[in-house]
Amino acid sequence: MITTSHYLILSTIILTIGIVGVLTRRNVLIVLMSIELIFNAVNINLVAFSKQLQNTIGQVFVVFVITVAAAEAAVGLGIVIALFRNKEKINLDEIDLLKW
Amino acid sequence: MSLEISYWAVIPEIVLSLAGIVIMLLAPIVEPESRGRLGYLAFIGTVLAGAATAPLWNKSMVAFNGMITVDNYGTFLRLIFILIAALSILLSVHFNRREEINHGEYFALILFATAGMSLMAAGTDLIIIFLGLEILSIATYVLAGFKRSDVKSNESSLKYFLLGSFSTAFLLYGIAFAYGATGSTNLQNIRQALGAATQGTRLLGPQTNTLLLLSLALLIAGFGFKVATVPFHIWTPDVYEGAPTPVTTFMAVGPKAAGFAAFLRLLLTAMPAYHWYWAGILWILAALTMTLGNVVALVQPNLKRMLAYSSIAHAGYILIGMAAGRELNASPILFYILAYTLMSVGAFAVVLTVSGKGDLRVNLDDYAGLGFQQPVLSFALSLCLLSLAGIPLTAGFMGKFYLFTTAVQAGYVGLVIIAALNSVVSVFYYVRPVIYMFMRESTSPAPEISVPVPVIITLIITTIGTLWLGIFPAGFIQLAKESLLALK
Repeated sequence: MITTSHYLILSTIILTIGIVGVLTRRNVLIVLMSIELIFNAVNINLVAFSKQLQNTIGQVFVVFVITVAAAEAAVGLGIVIALFRNKEKINLDEIDLLKW
Repeated sequence: MSLEISYWAVIPEIVLSLAGIVIMLLAPIVEPESRGRLGYLAFIGTVLAGAATAPLWNKSMVAFNGMITVDNYGTFLRLIFILIAALSILLSVHFNRREEINHGEYFALILFATAGMSLMAAGTDLIIIFLGLEILSIATYVLAGFKRSDVKSNESSLKYFLLGSFSTAFLLYGIAFAYGATGSTNLQNIRQALGAATQGTRLLGPQTNTLLLLSLALLIAGFGFKVATVPFHIWTPDVYEGAPTPVTTFMAVGPKAAGFAAFLRLLLTAMPAYHWYWAGILWILAALTMTLGNVVALVQPNLKRMLAYSSIAHAGYILIGMAAGRELNASPILFYILAYTLMSVGAFAVVLTVSGKGDLRVNLDDYAGLGFQQPVLSFALSLCLLSLAGIPLTAGFMGKFYLFTTAVQAGYVGLVIIAALNSVVSVFYYVRPVIYMFMRESTSPAPEISVPVPVIITLIITTIGTLWLGIFPAGFIQLAKESLLALK
């Protein structure tokens, strides 16, 4: 029997993978993918809660999250392309004109 | 069940979005040289939005099934946001021509971002707050990188985007937990669920309590990023330095105020039951934020970067009001946000005029002797900087005075002492550019600085506003006092 807790644990695992990815990987695209992972961890949470609470708010929220994530990915890739045109690099270590 | 659709409740967003769409449609038709004029159209859009929002004052209604609430708190903030947008647009018109980024979309994005901020101030459902935040964020990510040929601008945009969406993910995680624990995303319903639980009719299980505490921590991290509190501030100086200066102006005041607006409403409306926890966390964040902001600002030679750290410090002052939110309600914060908006926009307006093409002259040394070459600009900058430092007779002083005295009355003496010490420290770096301008000889020949008319208008509005709020604050304090958040 798969309960809400199982979904929450799965979501936490995906969240952790996402955070580790953002913090350790240096390639912008992989960082982007890791952020998408975290968004999806949120979605799993929302749907699991929605099932448990027997109301649809969570599922509606998921639709919004997916839409927003898509918009963000579009803008993010646009920014990466703009940077690549000027610099020909997408490695975060080499993006150091402004000091962190 | 009625849907309670009331277009009046979202009239500012409707006007702003329509103006943005019209500009997007016109942008490809208008000839490239005259696209800057679309800025004036955008300005008219903000004026119309302001005119449409003003009648909402003293009205209160709940629309869209409790998703949008019109109250004076929201209306006051919406008007501030529209003012911010109008001033940023005025600053942009000539700047964009100078930097050759004269595209119509720029103004549309500012209007869309303002619509997002406005939604954040009026939203009483986590879905709406999240959507408003994202409309705002996505538009500002693009704006930060608007100078596409400039690597610095690209980099600023990328950093803002990566850290911004990272923090949004945390915010969402927090929202998901809050929903899981209470079964609703509506702020009133969350409050009722928590209230019922704490009154013992439905005891909070240890699991639910853990969920809520986690949710609170994640929400503080998410909003903390948007308003740039320490330790979520690292992006601020880089992004502010790299972005085109009018965008920096917009970001330093707009998203920050919007973040505070939504956050305060969330804490006071939905989570008063957890006051003990969030007040404590915000206490520490406030102390850290103002101290770090002020101390690091001391050593910045670049004025844009210095103003970025100063904006962090001011977020720290506003956090005092947030920590004392339950006792003070919103009025000191609202007054402070208004004062900060005027003086900060004024300072950035001078910086962007002096910097010249390519944003080259932004260091302190470039300001040596400016007081003799450009007395009016230097006077305006001095006034805004002194106001930021909190010298009497300026808006900054009244804002701090009002905030600190009410916080002391509410019992936050320790925090106010830290804030007062910080204000003393801040005088040093705010006065330094003034000394450079008026007491040092210029090392290089006087540069040609042209001050375009829209910038003059902005400076007039901001300087008069700064003085007005400092000398005759009573009227605006009264307005802020009428803009309380309903606590029931």
